[in-house]
Amino acid sequence: MLKPVDILMVGVGGQGTILASKILAQAALETGYDIKVSEIHGMAQRGGSVVTQVRLGEKVFSPLIPPGGADVVLAFEKLEGLRLMSFLKPDGTIIINEQEIPPVPVLVGAAEYPPGIIEYISSAARNVVAVNALAIAEKCGNVKAANVVLLGVMACRLPFAREVWERALADRVPAKVLEANKAAFAAGYEYE
Amino acid sequence: MKELLSGNEAIARGAYESGVTVAAAYPGTPSTEILENFSRYPGVYAEWAPNEKVALEVGIGASLAGARTLVAMKHVGVNVAADPLLTFAYTGVNGGFILVSADDPGMHSSQNEQDNRNYARFAKIPLLEPSDSQEAKEMVELALDISEQFDTPVMLRTTTRVAHSQSLVEIGGPGARELRPYQKDPQKYLMVPAFARLRRAALEERLVRLREYAEQSPFNFIEWRDQSLGVITSGISYQYVREALPQASVLKIGMTNPLPEAVIRRFAAGVKRLVVVEELEPFIQEQVSSMGIAVTGKELIPNSGELDTGILARNFSEAGLLKMPVNAEAEGSTRSKAPAAPGRPPVLCSGCPHRGLFYALKKLKLTVAGDIGCYTLSGLPPLEAMDWCVCMGASIGAAHGVSKANPAMSGHTVAVIGDSTFLHSGITGLLNMVYNNGSGTVIILDNRTTAMTGHQQHPGTGSTLMGTAAPAVDLETLVKALGVKRVKVVNPLDLAKTLAVLREETAAGEPSVVISRCPCVLLTKAAKPAVLVEKDKCIGCKVCLRLGCPSISVKDRKALVDPVSCTGCGLCIQVCQEGALVKGGNGDA
Repeated sequence: MLKPVDILMVGVGGQGTILASKILAQAALETGYDIKVSEIHGMAQRGGSVVTQVRLGEKVFSPLIPPGGADVVLAFEKLEGLRLMSFLKPDGTIIINEQEIPPVPVLVGAAEYPPGIIEYISSAARNVVAVNALAIAEKCGNVKAANVVLLGVMACRLPFAREVWERALADRVPAKVLEANKAAFAAGYEYE
Repeated sequence: MKELLSGNEAIARGAYESGVTVAAAYPGTPSTEILENFSRYPGVYAEWAPNEKVALEVGIGASLAGARTLVAMKHVGVNVAADPLLTFAYTGVNGGFILVSADDPGMHSSQNEQDNRNYARFAKIPLLEPSDSQEAKEMVELALDISEQFDTPVMLRTTTRVAHSQSLVEIGGPGARELRPYQKDPQKYLMVPAFARLRRAALEERLVRLREYAEQSPFNFIEWRDQSLGVITSGISYQYVREALPQASVLKIGMTNPLPEAVIRRFAAGVKRLVVVEELEPFIQEQVSSMGIAVTGKELIPNSGELDTGILARNFSEAGLLKMPVNAEAEGSTRSKAPAAPGRPPVLCSGCPHRGLFYALKKLKLTVAGDIGCYTLSGLPPLEAMDWCVCMGASIGAAHGVSKANPAMSGHTVAVIGDSTFLHSGITGLLNMVYNNGSGTVIILDNRTTAMTGHQQHPGTGSTLMGTAAPAVDLETLVKALGVKRVKVVNPLDLAKTLAVLREETAAGEPSVVISRCPCVLLTKAAKPAVLVEKDKCIGCKVCLRLGCPSISVKDRKALVDPVSCTGCGLCIQVCQEGALVKGGNGDA
């Protein structure tokens, strides 16, 4: 009996959440899970929030994770993590990238980018992993692999074998950037 | 073999496996990927039509010619295609015909959330509602079989969470493709009153047979569990019911028009309390109620927006029909003292050419009749340069109506409409303005693509969905042929010229078309060097922020341009009065 796992991935258009969700889905499939993935298309390219919900289990019904139901919230951007942390289970884990991408209301001075997001999340959630994924990805040779760093941080907390992840990564990432992405995944996997 | 497919991918796959050879559509979220995926299968034909009415008419022809045919559109597209649909229901088909209506409860990417199940009842045609990708694929084949067996178009209705959710699908091989022979039969196909009356009777007779069929459909089934609560449900709501009410007995209806009355009666007789759970309108509930069966539904759950497991759990527990699960309490507790999170609304991209045009419209304080596309985002702060937006093509007719009703507004009102939208349903509005001696200015935002839905081809782009070269309509010649004498072309990234042309044309007192032409920035591969800030010249006046460009911010009273996202479009250089924003690179950008 496979234990159900609900994962909410949040970020901003262009951060690579969709690739990350594809690698996750492939790894889950190989592990034998039933799976549902829900994404809202359309506005992502216009700089809006991007939310991908991935649900795994023996049999998954709803494609949507109920509020307070996510085992993992993987936030590619701090503010998006704050916005959607209400989806986290009390004993769930939130993995949060330290990157800040100010939304237009902040850029034009109509709102403030909230200070102290990580401090707040650390006080409100039991299991918090803050990651400077951009810096780690840069060290691995490709700043665009920050999404794969974050995926690695999550991967070591999910019940799939590391080889399964690595196969899924190799299948989904273009060959010319695979080495950097492998390094990024390993750095994430071994983080903390 | 199983693959993870979205509902839209599964529908395309189902069409391929069922021998569909012709498909037509106009792009619209959440339906667009159906045709994009179908067109990639070998040996099929698929096209983008200029609008949904034409797509459906192409589908009628393909069906009459004997091909299995699929036509797809978003929910509001069916409004456009309703005219041929409601009479096609009379003629019936030759090759099987399926209309996919992708509804958008919650309005993720739409201007309304109408429940298109009502169209199936209105047109008196069969309706199927899948609740995941596997069912979506299977129901395409079933729809085509029903279509040919009962001689009727069939509607397959999805919603965003079916269309855009991925789940596992068993993959099969390609279906046999056979053209049914065409036979001339005016009494069936030529809908003049004498023949239409015959088909009207045939339509009722067909519905009787379809009702009998619905009673036997394997997609209408009962899952007996605890019989104190029975839930009738369909589509995505089935998934929420199974998760929120795991103990309840369920009647899942896959074929929701016509409803299987005997099955419903049998289910109702077997449960103590009967509830219908359906998104949007009480489509099933009202019909069950009119059978004289005691039922609730919309008394418990909302008739607007999307449903989800949480809403069902909360509302059923408040009604005493469910013990509150632990999860549903969690929301309030984690949210309590969180810092306020500013919104992240979608915005016009960095370098978007629409920005220049709308900045100019705002500066001229014009009333702007809007239309559907990326540019509708210019109605939001800080540009706020659009007054209304109703539906595809509505801008031109509405601007003309304004000028006829209120002379004081007439020289100050313009219509804005994208190139794809103009070709969809703006041409007739412009023809009307010319014919009825209007005096409006119509601005065609020609970015050379259907941008909002993900850059689909259209009759102006020179290419088709299948990737073949095509004649590109010449907008200048087209509007002149409609009788417009004043036609100007501007590059909206040239602010001074754009402002001058808009001033001149709005004062002209006769129909005028301004073509604001610049390709969508996402299609332009080679960006110019990012704009640079000369900090000593910047006085922190924030004029540049009025563009609403996501690459510009002001920190410590100095403008900042993000060198990664800036495309060097140069609009901010033109609005800065201090000369603090300058071209990047070697100055020749």
